[in-house]
Amino acid sequence: MGQLLRLSGEWTGRHAADLEQLVADAVMRLGGHQVRVDIAGISRVDTVGALLLGRLRREIAAAGGSATLEGGRPEQRILIDAADREPQDTPAPKARRENAGYGLVADIGRGVLSSVTDLKSWVVFLGAVVATLGRVMLRPRSFRFTSFVHHLELVGLRAVPIIALISFLVGAIIAQQSIFQLRAFGATVFVVDLVGILSMRELGVLLTAIMLAGRSGSAFTAEIGSMKMREEIDAIRVMALDAIEVLILPRILALVVGITLLSFLATLASIAGGAFVAVVYGGISLDVFLTRLPTTLTMESFLVGTLKAPFMGMVIGLIATIEGLNVEGSAESLGRRTTASVVKSIFMVIVLDGLFAMFFAAIGY
Amino acid sequence: MAEPASARAIAAEQATPVIRVRGLAAGFGDKLVLKNVDLDVRRGEILGVVGASGTGKSVLLRTIIGLVPKRQGRVEVFGTDMDRADTDQRQRVERRWGVLFQHGALFSSLTVKQNIQVPLREHTTFSPRLMDEVAMLKLELVGLKPAAADLYPSELSGGMIKRAALARSIALDPDLIFLDEPTSGLDPIGAQDFDELILTLRRTLGLTVFMVTHDLDSLAHACDRIAALGDGAVLAEGTIAEMRRATHPWLKAYFGGPRARAAAGAEV
Repeated sequence: MGQLLRLSGEWTGRHAADLEQLVADAVMRLGGHQVRVDIAGISRVDTVGALLLGRLRREIAAAGGSATLEGGRPEQRILIDAADREPQDTPAPKARRENAGYGLVADIGRGVLSSVTDLKSWVVFLGAVVATLGRVMLRPRSFRFTSFVHHLELVGLRAVPIIALISFLVGAIIAQQSIFQLRAFGATVFVVDLVGILSMRELGVLLTAIMLAGRSGSAFTAEIGSMKMREEIDAIRVMALDAIEVLILPRILALVVGITLLSFLATLASIAGGAFVAVVYGGISLDVFLTRLPTTLTMESFLVGTLKAPFMGMVIGLIATIEGLNVEGSAESLGRRTTASVVKSIFMVIVLDGLFAMFFAAIGY
Repeated sequence: MAEPASARAIAAEQATPVIRVRGLAAGFGDKLVLKNVDLDVRRGEILGVVGASGTGKSVLLRTIIGLVPKRQGRVEVFGTDMDRADTDQRQRVERRWGVLFQHGALFSSLTVKQNIQVPLREHTTFSPRLMDEVAMLKLELVGLKPAAADLYPSELSGGMIKRAALARSIALDPDLIFLDEPTSGLDPIGAQDFDELILTLRRTLGLTVFMVTHDLDSLAHACDRIAALGDGAVLAEGTIAEMRRATHPWLKAYFGGPRARAAAGAEV
């Protein structure tokens, strides 16, 4: 009965660990007693000290005793009284306990569902874009030509060096590997057919599409996403403007035009890379290469490659802008959406390429 | 009891102003926003900085806390010359101040509670339990409900963002806080609550407050002293009553305008 606990010194965050220990010891020893706590000797107290004094009082009380704080300067008491209340814990988010198998199945299910909703939203968005395109074609003055040219420069012109370079290198690598294998049959000259047809039908457009998905698709997502975060998209809407018409159509069209032109350039660069290796490494003279090339390259091969490009541009543009519009408030969400934009568009480009391969094989092109 | 030597040091610190700015010049490119600013902020006071748009109120704040490089002059915070301080000294000062940015600058990918705990995690070795208790207490001190702790900044209203950001700025029990337009974007009642909150925090935590504001009610209600910026320097310094007697045309217009009279009326 009637214990006196005299506290002194600095009760501040700097000594948090010691003070916590001290409070725990005091509660051990004095819990259940009637304790008068003399805090007149405390020189400084901050939030942490105040919280711990509150904890001391409550825990002694919880052990069946009681504690009263005595002394202390008025300005200290304000803080100490403010801090002395039951800790209000937020209802912790319920952690659902699931077994691993159930979780896996659920994850797969969610994944499938989300790709279905993705596909649905792409189709809906494609519809909206096509409808806007139709409206713009009826009223050509409403087309944002300046914006289109600006984006065409960023997407197309500025990408020329890097796309020419990687296509040249990939063409060269394929030629080198082919020559290496074909040499065994004494058929090195067929490297011309291989590089030529492969570049025309697949390589040029695929390399360009992947490069643009990483280069321009991500930029579109980040631009539109940060506009969404700062309510700029909402501002466009309330000014009776159509976000699709103002922001998205010029970007997608620039991508469609840009990718078509760039993929032709990539084809040429890739063939040039092949020719370079054929001459330097394969011992095929440039004359032979150039006379053989036209005999293997048909209009069909050219069309197969070129026809695919606008569709790929469309897919990249759609995915990039949808992901941008789906950005929410946080910086993290912007990062996640940009990643998703690049991953999904590269994946869809390759899927689309596979579908085209089946289609062209079926019609015998 | 503290030793005499450190008691003397504490007394000396109490006598020097918390912030001492001398001959400060700062600007962007070849445009000088602040030309020659002299300003003292005394211990325990709430200083309101006013000025027309573009007179460099926010620049002054950002120069003092080191976000805008200065061209000339000297800034001392807690008696430490921020130019000559080494990294350690500078960090020691930085841990003693908190800053409330105009738009809150809460980390968008963290919840309110995690935001408040960022300085605690980085600068202290509190136990998880204590860290939670501190965060929840700060939340209560700024008048937010416990349920707000697990919300993300994008789920908060403008007033809640200000309060949450204030809770983060006082997480480490600073001796000094900088407020950049704390009541802008709040409704009058919310703004008045915020003024009350600042006064309460000063009482409980013993804060010194450097506040950039346009809010005449805040100036009349919460500030002990006002410094008016104009032409790249401090035009006048003093209590609101002294400001009302000032003769500078801009001050006359600002403190004698209809809105200022309304604020003065509300005060009585």
